Amino acid sequence: MPACIEVSDLVKVYGSLRAVDGVTCEVRTGEVFAFLGPNGAGKTTTVEILEGLRPRTSGEVQVLGFDPWTQLDRLRTRIGVIPQDFHFFPKLTPREAIRLYASLFAVKVDVDELLARVELSDKADDYYDTLSGGQHQKLGVALALVNDPELCFLDEPTTGLDPRARRSIWDLIRRLRAEGRTVFLTTHYLEEAQQLSDRIAIINRGRIIASGAPAEIISRYGRPERLRIIGEAALAERLSALGFHVQPADGGIDVELRSKADALTILQTIASSGLRWERFSTQTDTLEDVFIQLVGRLEDGSLPEASAGGSP
Amino acid sequence: MNLRRVAAYFPAFAKGYLRNPLGLFMSLIFPVILILIFGAVFSNSGSGQVPLTVQNLDHNSPASVGFLSALNATGVVSISIVSPDVGNLSTYLAHNDLAAGLVIPAGFNTTLAACAQPLPSCSPVRLLVFTNPSSGAEAGIVQGAVQGAANGVNLHLAGGSVVVAPVNLNVGNQIYRYIDYLVPGLIGFSVLVSPMFSMVNVSSTWKRDKLFRQLSLTPLSRGEWLTATFLWYVVLAFVSTLLLLGVGSAVFGAHVTLTLLTLPFLVVGPILFVAIGLLAGSAASTPESAGVIGNIITFPMMFLSGTFFPVSLFPSWLVPVAHVLPLFYVIDGLNAAMVFSSPATAYVDLLVVLVLAIVFAVVAARVFSWREQ
Repeated sequence: MPACIEVSDLVKVYGSLRAVDGVTCEVRTGEVFAFLGPNGAGKTTTVEILEGLRPRTSGEVQVLGFDPWTQLDRLRTRIGVIPQDFHFFPKLTPREAIRLYASLFAVKVDVDELLARVELSDKADDYYDTLSGGQHQKLGVALALVNDPELCFLDEPTTGLDPRARRSIWDLIRRLRAEGRTVFLTTHYLEEAQQLSDRIAIINRGRIIASGAPAEIISRYGRPERLRIIGEAALAERLSALGFHVQPADGGIDVELRSKADALTILQTIASSGLRWERFSTQTDTLEDVFIQLVGRLEDGSLPEASAGGSP
Repeated sequence: MNLRRVAAYFPAFAKGYLRNPLGLFMSLIFPVILILIFGAVFSNSGSGQVPLTVQNLDHNSPASVGFLSALNATGVVSISIVSPDVGNLSTYLAHNDLAAGLVIPAGFNTTLAACAQPLPSCSPVRLLVFTNPSSGAEAGIVQGAVQGAANGVNLHLAGGSVVVAPVNLNVGNQIYRYIDYLVPGLIGFSVLVSPMFSMVNVSSTWKRDKLFRQLSLTPLSRGEWLTATFLWYVVLAFVSTLLLLGVGSAVFGAHVTLTLLTLPFLVVGPILFVAIGLLAGSAASTPESAGVIGNIITFPMMFLSGTFFPVSLFPSWLVPVAHVLPLFYVIDGLNAAMVFSSPATAYVDLLVVLVLAIVFAVVAARVFSWREQ
């Protein structure tokens, strides 16, 4: 698939702070790409540079083939942006807001259809300042879609929303993808990135520390699959004696599986040991485990900076 | 600059403004309340009597004193006597901004005595009544009172034939009343206050709420936004002018004319203060400090530019202060255009306001940025 966004060695410096410190990444047309990182990692700065809202200090950026800072006029009509902390004019209604955008972009829009698409039909004629946080975000999405953009930026679209509103924004993002649009998402919710994205870049302190499809990242940076057995502590000695890597875990032990067949060996061993055990389960690292590990290893210096490359 | 986008954005800004009761109150209602209060406080003498300046050239003769007491008895005029030494009464009235005067000629007593004879051989006495046509009802009251007193004398002395004939004359100059200054002053107030208060607020809270960023995501340019904003405050200035003119003339009988020369002030004035408000708001880091900066700029201008009182009444040390305030030139120009009919002054004021507006608009357009660094 062709690249929709190409970023290479992007740097943004504020005074002595390197908010973005050499980011290189590529977003493919039609995918949902998530920028995942803790608060202050440089997500918003990066996305605002891509949206043409901020100049960069150095590096190359191409969005749909344009330089977003110098060619925003040509880019603007082809992208949709839902900024972090979206605000709108308090005394305008969603219907008026959409009409305003349509006339500014000089496009014809079926206002009712768009309102229905973001589930705002029943609030179409209420002032913005009477809407809830989730409804605000939905209007943000609707406005970003007025010009039928091929590329959508969503900067932390669900921060501060209740679980129900979050689900409905997720559905919207899935629909955007289904409609063939490319979505660039930033989030600090791991679940969100994992649920929605085709590919993820994990960013910390202005640098990408890992990137790829969620499963790829987990398999590359996560621990091997583990069998968790809840039972007597003596089980650990038995299994260690057989050469398994055993670690204590909540109320039991975790045994690393080098292959699927290991699970059978382990279960046979504990069954024939005569030791008491209650239940077992398999443990796989989630993106969250990987994320915490990666960020943690970066903090204590055991992971060399920017060692983690993305898949090509 | 795309005028279609200006036209598309203008109603959105207008709606946002009109749906905010505070903005509407400050720009349209508040000036009307001020004109009602200040007009009521300063326009009425309270006695209900019309001041009449009388020059008695008949040396307090019995007939002239009798006539004056008859005039006094009408109860509608309050008489003040000036000495014959002041010379031409019309000139005296003009110099002292007085609206009405009466001259009792020398020989009044003698003529009346002659007319009172059984076989009268007299020509009627001419009483000169000066009134100012611009003071409307008051002129009529004075003329009516003098005519009434004269009729009494005619009936009493000559059985109805005319022996005392009031001659109504206009005083040579225009008499300006407080309300005449107040209307242009409050139009200036409105031209200052509605853009200043709301633009300071707009430029600071919109920055905080990232509304400029939101607009920068659309094809609307900064220049188009500024144009639509200017336009809105020009419209407000026109509406406010019509309101103040209407209330001023209907309630207080102000003599203020909406001359053609008034109009450019209602265009250039709002542009100037939109630009200043935008700059003040951009200079501040928070809406709270923007409000303080806005007030520091607005309040001295509000009181020291001739808004509520003509600058000519200021103590001399305060006059130069007024002359450095941009609003002074707006109000001085509006006075020249609407009250004094002195185009020369208005043109000079307009030039000053125009130059200031261009300078501030250019600086504001430079300083005020949508995109962040």
